Amino acid sequence: MSRTRTPVVAGWFTDDAAEEDFRLLGTRCSGCRTVHFPREDGHCRNPGCPGGELEETPLSKRGTVWSCTDGRYRPPPPYVSDPGVPWTPYTLVAVELAAERMVVLGQAAPGVGVAALPVGSVVEVVPGVLDEDRETGTVHTTWHWRPVAADGDAS
Amino acid sequence: MRGGASSVKGDVAVLGAGMHPWGKWGRGFVTYGRIAARAALADAGIGWSEVRSVVGAQTVRGGYPGYVAGATFARALGWQGARVASVYAACASGAQAIDTARAQILAGLADVVLVVGADAAPKGFFAPAGGERADDPDWLRFRVLGATNPAYFGLYARRRMALYGDTPDDFALVKVKNAAAGALNEYARYRTPVTAEEVAASAMVADPLRLLDICATSDGAAALVLCSMEFARRRGVRDPVRIRAVSTVTPTFPRTVLDLPDIGTDSAVAVDPSPESFRASIARTAYEEAGAGPADLSLAEVYDLSTALELEWYEDIGLCGPGEGAKLLRSGATAPGGRIPVNASGGLASFGEAVPAQAIAQVCELTQQLRGRAGQRQVAGARVGITANQGLFGHGSAVIAVR
Ligand SMILES: [Zn+2]
Repeated sequence: MSRTRTPVVAGWFTDDAAEEDFRLLGTRCSGCRTVHFPREDGHCRNPGCPGGELEETPLSKRGTVWSCTDGRYRPPPPYVSDPGVPWTPYTLVAVELAAERMVVLGQAAPGVGVAALPVGSVVEVVPGVLDEDRETGTVHTTWHWRPVAADGDAS
Repeated sequence: MRGGASSVKGDVAVLGAGMHPWGKWGRGFVTYGRIAARAALADAGIGWSEVRSVVGAQTVRGGYPGYVAGATFARALGWQGARVASVYAACASGAQAIDTARAQILAGLADVVLVVGADAAPKGFFAPAGGERADDPDWLRFRVLGATNPAYFGLYARRRMALYGDTPDDFALVKVKNAAAGALNEYARYRTPVTAEEVAASAMVADPLRLLDICATSDGAAALVLCSMEFARRRGVRDPVRIRAVSTVTPTFPRTVLDLPDIGTDSAVAVDPSPESFRASIARTAYEEAGAGPADLSLAEVYDLSTALELEWYEDIGLCGPGEGAKLLRSGATAPGGRIPVNASGGLASFGEAVPAQAIAQVCELTQQLRGRAGQRQVAGARVGITANQGLFGHGSAVIAVR
């Protein structure tokens, strides 16, 4: 069966971009420059905003770890997981984006544990797979945070 | 502000307090709430027919009766014509119910108000309401990230470890302290002392937090009978416990600490964040309203959703400076017999969270302590107490009670 790749939420990240071009997509207010992620399309949340248009904007590819943890137990629905398969813990990481002056949560790339994500270390956003429905052939895509090697290849 | 015969204009009296024990009892929230309400009425020494207003803290787990909790409890007690209100504010629901009752009393709309919160909790993680709701941040955090409540607690705990050097041993000590206190409380669900070794041996849930670092979800109910100072005097209660402040403030923009259920914080590009955390602003507002400060406190009941969060509250309610929570804990100051006992009730560690009842239960504990009727848990000479809690979607509360 052919697979259909569908973002878990439409419009939150670049679809089908090459890994080096992959970005989270937020919105930026033309009135006050505030960035919103998840995207805010109806209204700017800055109470002092003079008013403006919300325009889609890619977020920084790299950030630093604000904190991280992991999920040792299967989360309840609507998280999708196969109860017939033993639970594999995954890591959650909160990432500070300097240019946007905000923190964004995400799962770490598969196999990346909390030990690989010390607070303050550099990570980058990469495309990932959240779940697949074998019956319909639908693959839900998402974003993952992945450590950037200390020797630092060009971003 | 300690003692004194004169009452501040904004005081309301706590005439009665009642609870249903926390646990997993397999019954409905209405049953628990009714039992707590009747206990509070008996404690107050008044009849149900004298109550002129009922305020219910809502539960989202009881279907329609949960949304109209005030009316549900009024019906369970027997319709008698009282005015009714139902409020929801996540973990702060109980405090907002108290605040609603207080406002009615101070405005002269009702002399005697019954406040009730009750819940029957599911097993395991709290989960969002069903359906496909891509515009609901609470649904999205589960669907997209599987981010449970303990996951957020784990993020906060690791952040403390990195910033302040807190250790899992520090967190375990909070559990040891609160379990010892809860063992003395007949309303607590967990009444067995816990050792640091037992915490360290419990299963990891959200690294660095283990099962015994994280509060459970429980059934439970708490109720208060609040009245005007004049009504208390008429009843011959000359020196009641008084609620002097209720803080229910919201955060200020930009909120730069990740809050449940958010996937991203506000951006601080346009506006610099306040140097004061949201939790600290909740407590400060209560202190300002009460004309009191941390130095006046005899005890505090804080929302220890996790062991590490209790340490944050020490700092946020001003018991110590930022990053000094673990040091304060290790000094013994927050243990029974210490300078400022925290969670003498046993806290959420011993109760498990029954969301709409919890903030009311905190005030029930202050009431018993300030009356000098807390038995083996009694904080000697208690005169001033604070409660503090925080819930998702920008909610929080603090209540200051005095005698
Ligand atoms: Zn704006």
